[in-house]
Amino acid sequence: MLQDLSQYVLDISENSLKAGASRVEIELCVDEQKDLVSLTVTDNGPGMDEELLSMVVDPFCTTRRERKVGLGIPFLKQAAETCEGFLRIDSGKGEGTKVNVLLRKSHIDCPPMGDVASTVVALMVGWPDRSFVFRYTVDGKTLDLSTDQLLEILEDRNLLVLPEVAVWLRKYLSEQIEKLHMGRK
Amino acid sequence: MPKITSLEDLRKIKEQARDLTAARSGGKVKIIIGMGTCGIAAGAREIMTAVLEELDKRGLRDVVVETTGCIGMCQKEPLLDVIRPGEPRITYGNVRVEDVPMIIAEHVVNGRVVEEKVVGRTE
Repeated sequence: MLQDLSQYVLDISENSLKAGASRVEIELCVDEQKDLVSLTVTDNGPGMDEELLSMVVDPFCTTRRERKVGLGIPFLKQAAETCEGFLRIDSGKGEGTKVNVLLRKSHIDCPPMGDVASTVVALMVGWPDRSFVFRYTVDGKTLDLSTDQLLEILEDRNLLVLPEVAVWLRKYLSEQIEKLHMGRK
Repeated sequence: MPKITSLEDLRKIKEQARDLTAARSGGKVKIIIGMGTCGIAAGAREIMTAVLEELDKRGLRDVVVETTGCIGMCQKEPLLDVIRPGEPRITYGNVRVEDVPMIIAEHVVNGRVVEEKVVGRTE
């Protein structure tokens, strides 16, 4: 199992990228009133046919036979189901893939969100030629950040991988996310 | 009160970076971090953060940081490879955040391999 939700988000996004997606959308949502945490990763990759789709949630089928899918999905499914939640994958050949996970926030086994900022940085630095759209919502208040938005300022994709840009991005996201959580009653 | 990080800061970083990137040429050192499920579970993301912070602190621009998937050495994750131009690829295993400054100072900057953390060498 992974330690926190942000590590799962990194892991399932890595699946999308290794499968060849050029664009990955990450939507994380914390809803105190509904007592829910929701994670959604949507990609424009090659998608999966029904056979592969039925295999990805089974650790014993996936790990050796299908290299592009690992233990990550079964782990995340288990984590979700332990917390009265679920993992759902919508995909079709040539249609991209959407992974959606819902967890009961107050459940004692619900992992903490973790260092979401580092996950976004690891993705953007690790895959500088892809596009990311990131959205984090806490009780209706939203933070949006995308590769396009950063490129509007940087004007050069090569600058995305500069250490000072990565360090800035991590600090910026951490602060913004903390602000969203602080405003919560 | 500490200054809040803003998009304006990114603009400043860009202004400073513009003239410096022009000077970047070949012969870059490469750092590769394993970011498969096994790597992530072992703390690879934290290693990546530490690497980026150390490179930023030292102002090292001629180092490329990349990620890779599982390479079958899961029990030795987090794995970090250093490739200096014209030298063998060195794989460090069970890398801890505390090891990162030393690997960067010794190997990346000075070319001295940190032998006690080496788990693989590819010519």
